[in-house]
Amino acid sequence: MKIDLQHLVRIVRYGFKNIWLHRLRSALTILGIVFGVASVIAMLAIGEGASYEAREKIKELGSTNIILRSLKPPDETASQQTSYLGVFGLTPTDLWQIRTIPSVEKVVPTWEIKEQAWHFEKSFSVRLVGTTPDYFPAMNLHLALGRTFDQVDLQESKNVMVIGATVATVLFPAQIPIGQQVKVRGCYFTVIGVAAEKSLTGRSESAGFEDTGSDVYIPFSTRRLFFGEYEVNRQGGRITERNWVRYHRFVVRVGSMEQVSATAALIQQLLKTTHKRQDYDIMVPLELLRQAEHTKRIFNIVLGSIAAISLVVGGIGIMNIMLATVTERTREIGIRRALGARRRDILQQFVSEAVILSSSGGLIGVCLGVIIPKIVTRLAGMTTLITPWSVLISFSISVGVGMVFGIYPARQAASLDPIQALRYE
Amino acid sequence: MATIIRMEAVNKVYDLGSVRVEALKDITFFIEEGEHVAIMGPSGSGKTTLLNLLGCLDRPTSGRYFIENTEVSTLSDDALSAIRGRRLGFIFQAYNLIPQLTVVENIGIPLFYQGEAERTIREKSAEMARLVGLGDRLSHRPTQLSGGQQQRVAIARALVNNPAVILADEPTGNLDSTTGREIMNLLVELNHQGKTLIIVTHDASIAQYAHRILRMLDARLYEN
Repeated sequence: MKIDLQHLVRIVRYGFKNIWLHRLRSALTILGIVFGVASVIAMLAIGEGASYEAREKIKELGSTNIILRSLKPPDETASQQTSYLGVFGLTPTDLWQIRTIPSVEKVVPTWEIKEQAWHFEKSFSVRLVGTTPDYFPAMNLHLALGRTFDQVDLQESKNVMVIGATVATVLFPAQIPIGQQVKVRGCYFTVIGVAAEKSLTGRSESAGFEDTGSDVYIPFSTRRLFFGEYEVNRQGGRITERNWVRYHRFVVRVGSMEQVSATAALIQQLLKTTHKRQDYDIMVPLELLRQAEHTKRIFNIVLGSIAAISLVVGGIGIMNIMLATVTERTREIGIRRALGARRRDILQQFVSEAVILSSSGGLIGVCLGVIIPKIVTRLAGMTTLITPWSVLISFSISVGVGMVFGIYPARQAASLDPIQALRYE
Repeated sequence: MATIIRMEAVNKVYDLGSVRVEALKDITFFIEEGEHVAIMGPSGSGKTTLLNLLGCLDRPTSGRYFIENTEVSTLSDDALSAIRGRRLGFIFQAYNLIPQLTVVENIGIPLFYQGEAERTIREKSAEMARLVGLGDRLSHRPTQLSGGQQQRVAIARALVNNPAVILADEPTGNLDSTTGREIMNLLVELNHQGKTLIIVTHDASIAQYAHRILRMLDARLYEN
């Protein structure tokens, strides 16, 4: 069968003419396809945006990192005794033991408290992190200004501080923070560096990841000197809780991504033997990443099924209207057959009309599907990500739907007996 | 003169389940090139069936039918379409123009299905429109035209592919007598220019224009 482009163009143009003749009907017909395509693109964009955010967050934690956190054991949470001292969490023994694992490159310990940080009358609620200089490369933290503290600062327990991006903008809105003083619990620190803003800082708090923008970092030795070992929570002047936690977190850096899972399992076993209670947890960003990707795949499958259903419904709508069109235009079909049109010509004409219908629906759907995520981003502040393949696939499916659901009515048209068709009133 | 249409012992039977309707019985005749033939007969006599066979819209149950020495009774559906599009021109009682299309587009339909180039179609169609006196109505729609004008468009459409035979089914049936005469004059004029013309009618005043009148009665053909 020869494909004559000019012939095709004329068929398509005539198809447009017929569709334009029944504007309202055509518009209503393609509505199903429009919504189908638009919802696929928009939902994918929103889903893709959310999972992109989650993945970025996980990546920020480092794909070769294993993060151990001290956890208050569940059975002691309800304790109301004021004299009670909670002792739990990761210990120096753990630190030493984990460091002996060959695949572990580095273990960076941290000790953290939530506190108010002051600069004159301005204050901001921060997370104070006492750690070692290795923390910055391990967590992919880069500095926007100044320097990080070094081994010397650590050894001499200097009162220096690196502040997060959000802290910097709140406490020093119109100043260069370097060299300024920040007061925490009555102790003064000199700011030596400002962390660069991370791409996703401040968002997706719900995903369970810390906002590093409101962190401040001081040398590990300095915090012991200034704040001691105990963590005391007060409520209305009354001590509600006293805890002794040696380390809040270990960031365990592993040599390569392949070793992450095995190392994590090893650490898990190690801790199980030394800890009688579940007073720690292990987070493996790489595994979270894999989980996130798995979840995304499932999400895509669900979406795909919804899309398929809505497009099938849209396709049935098109088939319905095409069948009506064939009946309406029976006489025209008879005339064309008498004047030399082959069955194939009639088939082409009606299939192309169905395809024009469905692909214009697809086109409008694509436009809507691109606009909706933008509106969502503006109104809800969610990250949305329109993937080119979702646009491409949903559009080609809409074309395919026209083809598939147009064939049956077109065959009906083509199989009409020209004599009967000519006589049809 | 060459024989352009020849039917030999053609029968057409419609099998309607319980009843067998013999629409045509043993039809044998021929038409020469350039002839003007009228087929007359009361309704139900089989003249429409005969016209459908002549127009390659249907195949005979038995017998042989030749157009320009090609036997068409055994041709495939596509081949019949091709013969209709290239060798035959149809004129119907109800004009049968496509309402969505303009005059010039309607005229061009047969050329469209012969795969002619767009420009050729437009030029030839416009020329045909002028020939039938509608040169100033090219982009009108059929509904904007009078009955006589519509039938002229149909005639132009029947002529545009330069067919061997023009088949007209009651071409004046929907027209008043004055307009009908004009249309007949146009057809006769075309016949004088050499087109073979077959008109099916039950109107004796139309049939009298013809060189020859074939009469149908009870599915059989009689010639005066």
